[in-house]
Amino acid sequence: MKLHEYQAKEIFAKYGIPVPLGEMAATPQQASEIANKIGKPVMIKAQVHVGGRGKAGGIKKASNAWEANKIASQILGMEIKGLKVKKVLVTEQKQIKSEAYFGIIVDRKSKKPVIMASAFGGVDIEDIAKKTPDLIYKLEVDPIMGIFLFKARDLASKIYNDPAIAGKTANILMKLYRVFWENDCSLAEINPLVVTNENEVWALDAKIVLDDNGLIRHPELENLRDLDEEEKDEMEAKANGLSFVKMDGDIGCVVNGAGLAMATMDLVKHFGGNPANFLDVGGSSSPDKVVAALKIILKEPKVKAILFNIFGGITRCDDIANGIVTATQELKPRVPIVVRLVGTNEEKARKILEGIKMPTANSMEEVVKKAIELSRK
Amino acid sequence: MSILVDKNSKVIVQGITGRDGSFHTQQMLDYGTSVVGGVTPGKGNTKIHGVPVFNSVQEAVKKTAANTSVIYVPALYATDAIYEAAEAGISLVVCITEGIPTNDMLKIYNFLKKNHTRLIGPNCPGVITPEVTKVGIMPGQIHKKGNVGVVSRSGTLTYEVVWNLTLVNLGQSTCIGIGGDPIIGTNFIDTLELFEKDSQTEAVVLIGEIGGTDEEDAANFIKENMSKPVVAFIAGRTAPEGKRMGHAGAIISAGSGTAAEKIKAFQEIGVPVADSPAQLPVLVKNVLEKPKKKKKKVLSKK
Repeated sequence: MKLHEYQAKEIFAKYGIPVPLGEMAATPQQASEIANKIGKPVMIKAQVHVGGRGKAGGIKKASNAWEANKIASQILGMEIKGLKVKKVLVTEQKQIKSEAYFGIIVDRKSKKPVIMASAFGGVDIEDIAKKTPDLIYKLEVDPIMGIFLFKARDLASKIYNDPAIAGKTANILMKLYRVFWENDCSLAEINPLVVTNENEVWALDAKIVLDDNGLIRHPELENLRDLDEEEKDEMEAKANGLSFVKMDGDIGCVVNGAGLAMATMDLVKHFGGNPANFLDVGGSSSPDKVVAALKIILKEPKVKAILFNIFGGITRCDDIANGIVTATQELKPRVPIVVRLVGTNEEKARKILEGIKMPTANSMEEVVKKAIELSRK
Repeated sequence: MSILVDKNSKVIVQGITGRDGSFHTQQMLDYGTSVVGGVTPGKGNTKIHGVPVFNSVQEAVKKTAANTSVIYVPALYATDAIYEAAEAGISLVVCITEGIPTNDMLKIYNFLKKNHTRLIGPNCPGVITPEVTKVGIMPGQIHKKGNVGVVSRSGTLTYEVVWNLTLVNLGQSTCIGIGGDPIIGTNFIDTLELFEKDSQTEAVVLIGEIGGTDEEDAANFIKENMSKPVVAFIAGRTAPEGKRMGHAGAIISAGSGTAAEKIKAFQEIGVPVADSPAQLPVLVKNVLEKPKKKKKKVLSKK
């Protein structure tokens, strides 16, 4: 789950990381009030969950409250990479002498949190990583021991020659690591960390991505979820215990298990079709989940056929079959459905489906081919 | 032989009184697994499906001499259960639980590195040596004893593959689900190394998916260290970037972890990659008919 910059900065501030004064505004009026309160030139920054806000014109300067109002009214409502801007951060401007990058990620290879640092801040770290990987310094942190100040200082010294600034930065890194660890982040990033002419160090931008598995112990962070920024169908699926990702094809897929669901989509493509979605109904699937799954898939007008590919283990095929019966009665699907069920209680399921004359298939390849065929009729 | 689990595996079930733990205990017993005990704190001195329940792993190990544990406890208590099993001297821990916070896994992984306990999973279906023992949640009846090793990051996709193998009489030595999380206890390389040493295994099916670079690392390992043939399947060719595809670990981030890269890594070293799970048995038959390569020296790690 991604947080907005203003939310991440609130968390940073709680841990003592220096962030410029600022508040979130949802209207131009609020923006000018905040600018007035700050009483200095401000930045107006669009709050959307995509990168490249600056290039898209979503970050602008305003020298007073009147300008803040004007600029906020331009930015609020604009679209950045398909997302409508509904909030802006109004924040104090800082004079920038230098800008650097600091970020903490979970490194799958070393199985440790890794702090990355680069003297080239303000740029997308992925770009630096691709073009000039040797300009990124890395510090692996032992997750059992946690971070040590001397190591943080060592890393900061690679970026800053001035020991005073390196020392301040090391302290910030200690705090950033606490943010990362205590909030179950998969990313905690300051980009850029700036040094001003007065040799002050500030986190000018903040990015936090939370580990979805960690949210279970942070109900207070779950409250920060911005429903406007999430895919509605994905949220609805989640609420029903399903895992769903929308694709742009016309063959709806209902599958149990993430790997099998991906392989089913791949096979649709392999045989010349286009999957409309990824959908995993999960383990012990009740008939209700099947109804919910079909409801979500049928919302997409492009869908021309739907396939079921179920390999019963914990999932019982008769549960799925009963779900299909209920769903066809309740939803009266406008498109043909073809079903493949094997494994636990397969025989029972077959009898149930015979009752409603539902077309079936015996193998994964067959169900995919049949669905493609039906979508073209 | 087989790898990881065999007739000498004495299994305890952590979380045996829960819904999943209790159900799968019965399933494992039906398959012939030697389930010698269960653990649920506070429910010691009772029995479930005739299996004695203990208050702690230590007590269970003392009374039953268990060497293997399978964990069905909820996500927030799962790493506690893994740690408890390791401290009680269990040598193989299979963690089925899905949804464990990554930070917890980072700690446990780094702890186990300095310990003699091997962890399979989490977020996995477990391990089965067909017709001998199963430690996990996979449907036993689709498996058949034989000489093909199977290792996979997925659950039901593995069942699909195994079923396709069984249908054409290609039995399995051991099938392992290593789990769909970003941080897992045992990776492809660890299992490939075991299969290479195992006298029963003559070929290996590797089922990978998008996210991370474990498949690429496996390809390197195969090139350097494997004499036995490997065939592969990679799920997620159609997966979009930046979206988590069900498994916590199945995500393409910043253009890295794509199916195309993984497929390329295998093809470059001559490991055939199937376009569909149904194609795998054909590929396995092909590699089994080829003359055998000379045995390579296997790096010993753990």
